[in-house]
Amino acid sequence: MSAPWTPLASHAVLVARDDVDTDQIIPARFLTTTTRSGLGTHLFSDWRYDATGAPHGAFGLNAPAAQGAAILVGGQNFGCGSSREHAPWALSDWGLRAIIAGSFADIFRSNAHKNGLLTIALDAPTLASLHATIAQEPQAMIRVDLSEQRVYLPNDITASFSIDPFSKRCLLEGLDELGALVAMLPAIEAWEAACAR
Amino acid sequence: MSAPRTLFEKVWDAHVVRAGTAEAPAVLYVDLHLVHEVTSPQAFTALRERGLRVHRPDRTVATMDHSTPTVLTGGRLAVTDAAAGKQLDALAENCADFGVPMYGMDDERRGIVHVIGPELGRTQPGMTIVCGDSHTSTHGAFGALAFGIGTSEVGHVLATQCLLQSRPKTMEVRVDGALAPGVSAKDLILAIIAQIGVSGGTGHVIEYRGEVIRALDMEGRMTVCNMSIEAGARAGMIAPDETTFAWLAGREFSPTGAAWEAAVTDWRTLHTDSGAHFDRRVIIDASTLAPMITWGTNPGMAIAVDAQLPDTSSDKDPALARAYAYMGLEPGQRLLGQRVDVVFIGSCTNGRIDDLRAAAGVLRGRRVAANTRMLVVPGSQRVKRQAEREGLADIFRAAGAEWRESGCSMCIAMNGDTVGAGQYAVSTSNRNFEGRQGKGARTLLASPLTAAASAVAGAVADPRSLL
Repeated sequence: MSAPWTPLASHAVLVARDDVDTDQIIPARFLTTTTRSGLGTHLFSDWRYDATGAPHGAFGLNAPAAQGAAILVGGQNFGCGSSREHAPWALSDWGLRAIIAGSFADIFRSNAHKNGLLTIALDAPTLASLHATIAQEPQAMIRVDLSEQRVYLPNDITASFSIDPFSKRCLLEGLDELGALVAMLPAIEAWEAACAR
Repeated sequence: MSAPRTLFEKVWDAHVVRAGTAEAPAVLYVDLHLVHEVTSPQAFTALRERGLRVHRPDRTVATMDHSTPTVLTGGRLAVTDAAAGKQLDALAENCADFGVPMYGMDDERRGIVHVIGPELGRTQPGMTIVCGDSHTSTHGAFGALAFGIGTSEVGHVLATQCLLQSRPKTMEVRVDGALAPGVSAKDLILAIIAQIGVSGGTGHVIEYRGEVIRALDMEGRMTVCNMSIEAGARAGMIAPDETTFAWLAGREFSPTGAAWEAAVTDWRTLHTDSGAHFDRRVIIDASTLAPMITWGTNPGMAIAVDAQLPDTSSDKDPALARAYAYMGLEPGQRLLGQRVDVVFIGSCTNGRIDDLRAAAGVLRGRRVAANTRMLVVPGSQRVKRQAEREGLADIFRAAGAEWRESGCSMCIAMNGDTVGAGQYAVSTSNRNFEGRQGKGARTLLASPLTAAASAVAGAVADPRSLL
């Protein structure tokens, strides 16, 4: 359960790579935690820090201009690989509220939406142009309006994006799927009785 | 007469508690929920915070696998990492408090979650099976609809035995021909991923069909379905047949007597009807396949073991250049003869008895090269005992390999079993992502045959030369 998703205006952090897997977002050695909090420190750990623990200057998350960003802009097939929900937990903990990419892996998208992290898929030309803009102008503002499913990009570019209606409603209202399912338990039990489960 | 349906549609339809609408996804019933230590603690916490019970402990089973040690210290599995130990304790406490059966550290039925489910006969055709682990797709080899979920969803299933799910699309992967000697199920699935790409299956459930799939044993089918997620697919499935029924007969949780007969009669209906529609179809000719190996940093970057690495001069793809830099390899070179520091045999992809037999067959009477460390990690304690009874463990030890207790081990490198930075590892596991087997580790995914042949050579080798 997360707070209702309200319209967002922020500059973005750029991770312009395709097939970013969840092992990069949060390496497995940080998965021995028993809570959801505090993973932002380890977000993209192996791309963000060198062997001595010093920040890699070239990586997007370390750019001074990226600090405070609530939007991350990635490439194609963002979040592939492991089902670890620690990936959206780490992204959210760092302060992100939306990921813009060309496409998303199924489990990652599902996990992200359950944690108040919106995923926005843009077509390849729009995404390429956004990458170029952010590379030149790291402070360029992006506005996201979920209720109208529109993203307002720099240079007066506006794009609409799709999201399934249920995820949209859950995000906008801060609705919680667990609560919704628990409320259905009588119907579930009736189904179990009827179907010999 | 109802419309022809795919295997996926038959299993999906039989588990819909409430149909999906334009506004809401379907409520899908889960027959079997597998739980492990890494992705469950926060889910149990969510239940506690709301005062909820586990709805069906009898349809839930837990094991310890991801962060467990694979070496005995003083005859016991001693967890040395404090955080991992705390997480394992949390699983034991959660299972005790919520009445969930668990195969704990000293249980002879313990093992990798996707190895023990089938091994115990808990995995059965036509079931819906979920686990907080993307390789849950393994169980699709039995004609189950099995997929990985996140920790929030683990909580949903614990509390209600249901998930809110949008219906995925369907994709047929038909494999014609026959596999040549030395070419295994692992090579086949690596070739399929190389062809359709690491996001080629996104949004789809794959059904593997065709004469090559029918000819695979259950271990091979599990290897194929296991890596469906590496093509981005939601799940992979194979229709059950006599091979499936013979494999399941007599297992601890398999039905017996009249219930077995009734189950098999029902399972025989679990196949795609003639004329059923797939949203996408792919045809693979397996006859031309060679043993495959990955060279890059995702499972789609795979080539025939004796082929040249792809040229990048005409390809502006920065991902290939990054992969070459990380792997310390050059476009156009061959992997044959490339130094190998570590060989890892194990994981939910290739840690079953047949995989160990294949590797031992290559190592019999041979030695692991002096420059190479080889770990053999059985997929479960039962696989371990069986390998010891069959003399496979002796072969591995005599060859100079390390014979370990079961677990995920070096596949995810959470338990201290790691590959060093810059080292090359030929691994029978499923992911060659940067840092997957340890920070800076360079993973080459391959079959147990190729891994064992490479251990003997101390370098990437073609197993066909040793058959």
